[in-house]
This record gives sequence, C-alpha cells and structure tokens, in this order.
Amino acid sequence: MSPDRPGDGGASDGLGGRVGAVGDRVRSSMERLPRWQADAVVIVAAVLGIYVLFYVLAWGQGLDTNGTVNTLVRVTFLMAAYSILVLALNLHWGYAGLFNIGVAGFMSVAVFTLAIVSGGGEVGMGYPIWAGMIAGMVAAGLLGLLAALPALRLRADYFAIVTLGIAEIVRLLMKSQWLASHRLFGDRIGLQGSAPVEVPSVQQYVYEFLTEGGSPRDEPTFVGAQLFEFGSWLDVQRTTVMSGAYALVLVVAVVLVYVLLSRIAYSPFGRILKAIREDEGAAQALGKHTARAKIYSFVIGCSLMGLGGMLWQASRFTVSADAFMPILTFYVFVALIVGGSGSNAGSIVGGVAFVGLLLQGPRMLESVISEHTDVPGTNTLYDGLTPIVQGDVMPLIGYALGNIDLFQRMFVGVVLIVLMLKRPDGLLGHRKELAAATDLSRPGGGNDE
Amino acid sequence: MDASDLLRAVGRVRSLDRGDLRRAVARLRSVDRADVRLWLSRLRVDQLLGVLLLLGLAFLGFDLLRQLYNGSVTVSQFQRYLWAGIVVGLIYGLAGIGLSMTYSILRFANFSHGDLLTTGAFSGWSAAYVVAGWGTYDLGKLLLVRPNNDPPPGEIGMAIDSSPVAIVGGLVVAALVTVVIALAADRFVYRKLRRESAIALLIASVGVAFVLRYLLAFVFTTSNRSVPATPAEHTFELGVTSPTFDHHELTLVASAIVLMVLVHVLLQHTTLGTAMRAMADNRDLAKITGIPTERVVLATWVIGAALAGVAGYLIVLNTGTIVYTRGWTLLLPIFAGVILGGIGSIYGAMLGGLVIGIVSQVSIVWVPSNLTTAAAFLLMILILIFRPQGLLGGVETA
Repeated sequence: MSPDRPGDGGASDGLGGRVGAVGDRVRSSMERLPRWQADAVVIVAAVLGIYVLFYVLAWGQGLDTNGTVNTLVRVTFLMAAYSILVLALNLHWGYAGLFNIGVAGFMSVAVFTLAIVSGGGEVGMGYPIWAGMIAGMVAAGLLGLLAALPALRLRADYFAIVTLGIAEIVRLLMKSQWLASHRLFGDRIGLQGSAPVEVPSVQQYVYEFLTEGGSPRDEPTFVGAQLFEFGSWLDVQRTTVMSGAYALVLVVAVVLVYVLLSRIAYSPFGRILKAIREDEGAAQALGKHTARAKIYSFVIGCSLMGLGGMLWQASRFTVSADAFMPILTFYVFVALIVGGSGSNAGSIVGGVAFVGLLLQGPRMLESVISEHTDVPGTNTLYDGLTPIVQGDVMPLIGYALGNIDLFQRMFVGVVLIVLMLKRPDGLLGHRKELAAATDLSRPGGGNDE
Repeated sequence: MDASDLLRAVGRVRSLDRGDLRRAVARLRSVDRADVRLWLSRLRVDQLLGVLLLLGLAFLGFDLLRQLYNGSVTVSQFQRYLWAGIVVGLIYGLAGIGLSMTYSILRFANFSHGDLLTTGAFSGWSAAYVVAGWGTYDLGKLLLVRPNNDPPPGEIGMAIDSSPVAIVGGLVVAALVTVVIALAADRFVYRKLRRESAIALLIASVGVAFVLRYLLAFVFTTSNRSVPATPAEHTFELGVTSPTFDHHELTLVASAIVLMVLVHVLLQHTTLGTAMRAMADNRDLAKITGIPTERVVLATWVIGAALAGVAGYLIVLNTGTIVYTRGWTLLLPIFAGVILGGIGSIYGAMLGGLVIGIVSQVSIVWVPSNLTTAAAFLLMILILIFRPQGLLGGVETA
C-alpha cells in the first residue's frame, strides 16, 4: 500500500541518525515487501526482542525452565491485552482524532455487563458466555455513543475531560452500594461496595478444552494430553501450558482486531476518518458527513475496548471496580504514543514495547536486583540520607531499591516527556497511513500542524 | 479575519489555502444559519436541552424545599452540606485559576496541575511541622510530614490556634516550592514545546505529572497520614441560626477569598494583568504589540503554581489527611469546575469550582454519599451539552 514518506525516515534526529545507515538498508528491503508483511516483520521482531530480554532477566533471577516460560506467557498475555486496547484507542485518536481518555470506563462497563449477563454466582443471570461477551461489547458501544453525542459539540480538550469524567462516573457507580442494592429482572447488579465480583471468563472454556473440569488437576482431554506431554518434555508444568493456551487465544484476538481495523482503515469510511484527522473542515467541504463518521468510529473503538477489557480483566475470575482506575487509561495512552499513533502496526508495537520495557521489564529487573543484592532497606528517605554524613550510602540504595516500583512509574513519565520532546511521532517514526491513495506531500516534507 | 489569521496567511503560503478552505466552510455554515428555519431548528435543540436541565434543577430545588419543610433534611444539616460545599468549592476555584490561566495563556490542559497541589501540600506541611516541632521532635519525622503517623498532630499542636506561625509559614512555603517546581517543569519541558500542538503539550504534562507524583511518593513515602490537629470551633450568633465553624475552615475560606481578590486586582488593575489578558486574547497580536510574552508566561506559572500550592496546602487543612495521590484525585473536579465556568476564564474557574464544590456536597440530599462526586461530574457533562463553551465561556477575561 503506502510506504513511509521519503524524507520522513527519521534521519533528522539523534536516534534516527545513528541507526540511519542500517535503518535505510533495512527499510529499502522492507519496502519491497507488501505493507502487511513488513508490519508483521516489525511486530515479530519487537516481540522476539522482548522475549530475549525477558529470557535474560529470568535467567538473572535464577528461574527454572517452567518459571521462564511462565514469565514469557505472562508477558505475552499482557502484550496482547494492551495491543487490543491500543488498537482500539488508535481508531479514536490515530484515525478520527478523538482524544478519548476514558478507556478504563469503557472496559469496565463491558466487564461488568459480562458479569451481570453471564455470571452464575451472587451477581448474574447465567446466560452463556458468548451472549455475555456480545452484551458487554454492545454496552461499551452504547456508552461510547452516549459519550460521542456531546463530543460533536465540544472542543477536543473538553471532550477528553468529558470522557475521563464518564469513566469516573462509571467507576463510582460500580463501586457504590446503591447500585448493588438494585435488582434487574430479579438479579442483583453492581458490586458489593468495592468487594470484587465473580465474572465468567473465556479462559474457563480454554481450560475446559484442555482438561475435563477446567482445572490443572483434572483428567486431560485428548488435545490437553498432547500439549501436557509436550510441556513435560520441556519441563513445563500443566498450569503454565494452560495459561499459555489462553495467551494464544488473546494473540489470535489481536490478529482479528488488527485485520478488522486494517479493513476499516483502507475502506472509504477509513479514508473519511483520516481526512477528519488531517483537516475536518476540508472533509466537510468535500461533502463528507464527518459527525456521523466520528460517532461510528467512536462506538466501534469503544466496543473493542470492551472486548479487550473482557478478555483481560475477566481472566482473574473476579473483578473489582478499582481495577479500572484512570491510570490504566494513561498506560494505554502511553503505549499508543510509544508506538506512534496513526498506524495499526505501530499500535501493536507500542503495546508490546510498553509492556516489555515500561511495565513488566522494570519489575523483572527489580526481582533480579533483589535476588543478587542484600541491602537492608530503610523506612524513609530521611533514614536513608542521614548515614551519608558518615559516608555510608548503602541505606539510601536500600531505600531506593525497596521503592523501585515508584521509579518504574517515574520512568513512564520520563519516557512520555522525552518522546514528546524528541520523537513526537513515536518509536516507529512517522507511520501515519495517508488519507489519499497516493503520496500528495511535497518533496522535503510539509509541516504536519 | 483578525490579525493572527493575517500573520499566518502572510507567514506560510501553505496554510493559506487551508485557512481559505476553513473560512469558506465557516461562511457556508453562516449561510446555513441565516436560513431561519434551520436556525430555529438548531436553536431548538439547545433550548430543549437547556429547558430540560433548568426544569430538572428547578425540580431538585423544589424537592429540597419540600424535604426541608417536612423535615427529612433538617435546616442545620442543609447548612452543614452547603458550608462544606463552599469550603471545598473555594479550593477547587483557587486551584482552577492556575489551570485556567495555563489554558488561556499557554494554550494547553495541564494534567500535572493536580500534582502541583500535592507538591504544595507536602512542602507546606513539611515546613509547618519543622517550625512547630523544632528541637522537640525528630527532624526526619517533621521534614517528611510524619510518614509513620507519630507523634500525633495534637501533641505537636498542629492547629491554627496553638501554632499560627507554623500554619501561615507553611502556606508561604507551599506557594514558593510549588512555584519553583512549576518553573523547573516549564524550563525543561514546556518551553521546548511552545510551538507544538495543545495535545503534545497535554501528553507531556501527563509525563510531568507522573514524574512529580512518584518523586513525591519517593520522598514522602506512600502512606496516608493525618496532618493537622483538631482545631477549636467558633459559634456565630446570627439571630435566626447559630452555625458553628471550626477555625481551620475559617482560615481556609479567608485565605481563599483574599487570594481570589488579589488575583482580580492583579488582572484588572496592573500592567502585567493587562498583558496577560492581551496574550490570552491573541498571542500573536500581543507579541507584535511589544508585550514580552515569555515574561508573561513566567508570571502565569508563578501565579498559577502559587495558587495551586496554596490550594493543596489548604485542602489538607480541610480533609485532615495527606497522601501522594491527593492532587491527582482532585484534578478531575478542578477540571470540571474550570470547564463548567468556561475554560480560560478566571472568574469562570472561581464560579465553576464553587458550583462543583457545592453540588458535590449538597447532592447528598438525593444521591448516596459515595456518588456525590459522580453527580458533580454528571452536572458538568450536562451543562456542557447545554452550553458547550461553559457558563462564562467566551468572556475570556484572562
């Protein structure tokens, strides 16, 4: 389809300049591939890079084979979950230019709808899971429709805060005792205050595909027996194989969402979205119904966020409203920015890089460090700083190591700032698919503002 | 076509055709509007929403009177809710001024504003504790605002009655430290992005918020602790009713009102204020008129951050506890207030903050206690549908 614009190759800035020579050669060989193959190469390379990193980290932590594979499975699961959410957000921000910072709200609506429709416990009507999944996506889409209606009348930053407000309203509602005391067709809805509620998950079906009862201790099915045999040959336990199978389901879901969004992106509807992002006035002048296109794209993106939420959050079998704090939304956003908004492949790379390098990587590193060091931590920074007068820096280091999760969050912030300062187009550089079928930009690159 | 359009048109040939296009669309739309039937049908949607909203509010007002009359809500209860709303609303308004100023002069929604509040809260209370407990208690505990919750605030005498110097000193330190932090953020991040889009700045401000929040958590630990001691109370005899206020609330209300009046005087009666309003109105025009825009930006940060720091410090006086996420959780109601009033308008921020504060407390008459914040957000969204530019939007006082 459309390769990167010439002149936007990233050779103009520091990072791009250094790898520019190699990059150009790789790029020219990549450009000979069809777009989707080139995208696949980039994504697979990114995932493999993260795997190598985590393999090294797991080795540093002294994990056995099962532990290492389990780590990789966990990372794969999170990478896939984030990728779905980032892809959905990219439809909003990367294509239609709608600044949605209520991702967590749309996720939670879907998850709780799933709990109400398909749950069999204290809360829930006990319908089959596919009905619950569809209902969840519809509910998230409906909330998206509700949110998009004022959006058409609002400025972009107002709209952002409206979506954040909606997400918070949803979270507070889910948490409230008041909602839990109401009944819908005789079934209780909402959570018991902030206590977690049982939620059915596709994971259970994947597990039951492998063992009779869905638990690792049960008799394996035919497929399960083969897989477990293969696993024990690699020294991998049953539980790891089973969670690996579910991670695989999520990866398949990512591929499906990617295909769907790619189809949308290259359809006439997708071209309208890109035109809106570039210049809404011009799109209107050409007779496009921009308002309708925005609503459609917003609703589709919201239901996909709901899907991502259900596949991810329901897999713990219980869910509480506090799993959907606004910080989750910002994590998804950081992932989108890292990958570079505007391209679906970039979104997946962003999800992969975010989970690998910013979310799970630092946590693994922390375990590696604490495995090999034995520095007593202090309670406060003051207790860590005072021994420095006597030349003892170890208490300070101990305090810092004990709070390494704070550094991980700080690091996310630093990455965001540095990206905005140095590479506002994300890791993959300028990868926005063009609105036009051919490259209309002037040689030497126009400005994009 | 105003001066900035002209400048842009002259400066960049490429933007000329785009600008023309946009203007052509605008002209087309205005033709639409001239069509009376379309105009009426368009207006009717607004009016319908507005009338519905007003009817809803009138119904709630009526219901409130009914509840007061039949005694399901007592007058003293209602007074307490209203007072609590005013106290919180003044804080929202105070913090909103800075947010609104950054929006109108630097043209971006600053998501790190909430964490400026936290900065002010921690630095101010740290100073207040050092002043109040100097020599008697462990300096580490005082400096870090008692991370392990000992010694108790009452023992140190952390109340406006027993150590007014410490409390007022803390207020000043809160403002100063927050200003320094905000200027550093501007120097290292925002200044380099002056010509970038509002969204790029917004995203960068989210990054700044993360760094600031977890830096504060690293320094002051993540524990939630109580800070001020219980203050003395004062009962006013007003003939009909005799409300009781505690001294911390009175301190808070007095400081907030004084600061708001100062901001008003500054904006309306000083050269700096005029320059700020000019820049908020039209940055390019301000620049070619000879206004030193960078210095105005500096003043914006100084005023906005000082007010944010003070607001963060004062909210602790009201809620009694401090934790590193406090400012972040306050950011959304503050934003709600600012948007409600019309983003960019200082008086709108004060009014909007007050409305959001009062709604978030008084709505307890109708909704369960943990949904009052949700009710305030809902009101914000409804008013935005009815008046997309906010209550005082388009006034753009500064």
